[in-house]
Amino acid sequence: MWYYEKRLEYPINIKKCDLRMAKLIAAQLGGPDGELGAALRYICQRYSMPTSKIKGVLTDIGTEELAHVEMISTMMFQLMQDATVDEIEKAGLSPYFTQHGRAVYPVDSSGVPFTAAYFQSVEDAVTNLHEDMAAEQKARVTYERLMQQADDPDIIEPLRFLRQREVIHFQRFGEALDEVNFRKDRKTIY
Amino acid sequence: MNNSCSPCKQGGHSQDDYMLKIQQIGFLLVDLNLYLDTHPDCAQAIDDYNALVCTMQELREAYIRQHGPLMNFGTAPSSVPWQWVDDSMPWPWENKRR
Repeated sequence: MWYYEKRLEYPINIKKCDLRMAKLIAAQLGGPDGELGAALRYICQRYSMPTSKIKGVLTDIGTEELAHVEMISTMMFQLMQDATVDEIEKAGLSPYFTQHGRAVYPVDSSGVPFTAAYFQSVEDAVTNLHEDMAAEQKARVTYERLMQQADDPDIIEPLRFLRQREVIHFQRFGEALDEVNFRKDRKTIY
Repeated sequence: MNNSCSPCKQGGHSQDDYMLKIQQIGFLLVDLNLYLDTHPDCAQAIDDYNALVCTMQELREAYIRQHGPLMNFGTAPSSVPWQWVDDSMPWPWENKRR
């Protein structure tokens, strides 16, 4: 069962409309290495995991990823909020505006809609955890590229926080993988 | 389980009994919440909601005391080792077949 807490995990208060950054940051909402894919990946994978510790890691990180979906959505909302139709056209967002207005919708930075085909869930802990670790690294480099292209500290600070969380999640998944690899009942001779 | 208002004293003390009660009261709260979202001036429903908030709090506290944490991220204390991933507290999708 899930509950919603009416707060962001990290404060976001973007004062300046910035459609260029909105378009780029969309990558982390509806893109292949984005937060929505991460949340769904972990929340799907947790059921068939072998130990309670790994089920806990996937449940908790999956839940934190939902909070990151909210953070990225908040950034998208604040970045597009006051944009005029003229500014939207100049930023190349007319197709998005036609279909969604200034609403938040999960697409990547090229406008490709989110799909569950971005992630896997297989009945194998080693396979799942390797995908999870790779996903965290891909999200980390995406945040680094976003930070390279941003100049507003109101945008950079939450991105920096989210980047750091990718590093921590990678670390925890690595420890979960160790638990699988070093289980006493693991087959070591083939 | 002392100091509790009436409904939570009923029923046994087993994990299953508590869980069923929490699911029942929890559902009443979900449903009343939705109703109140679109009927914010309904004092009668707010009365019912408030009474159930108290019941739910006590049920949760009693459950957590006996069986361990129900929710993550700082909503219940833990003994050592970390109870959240303790095998004695199964995950909700784990049924009794194994």
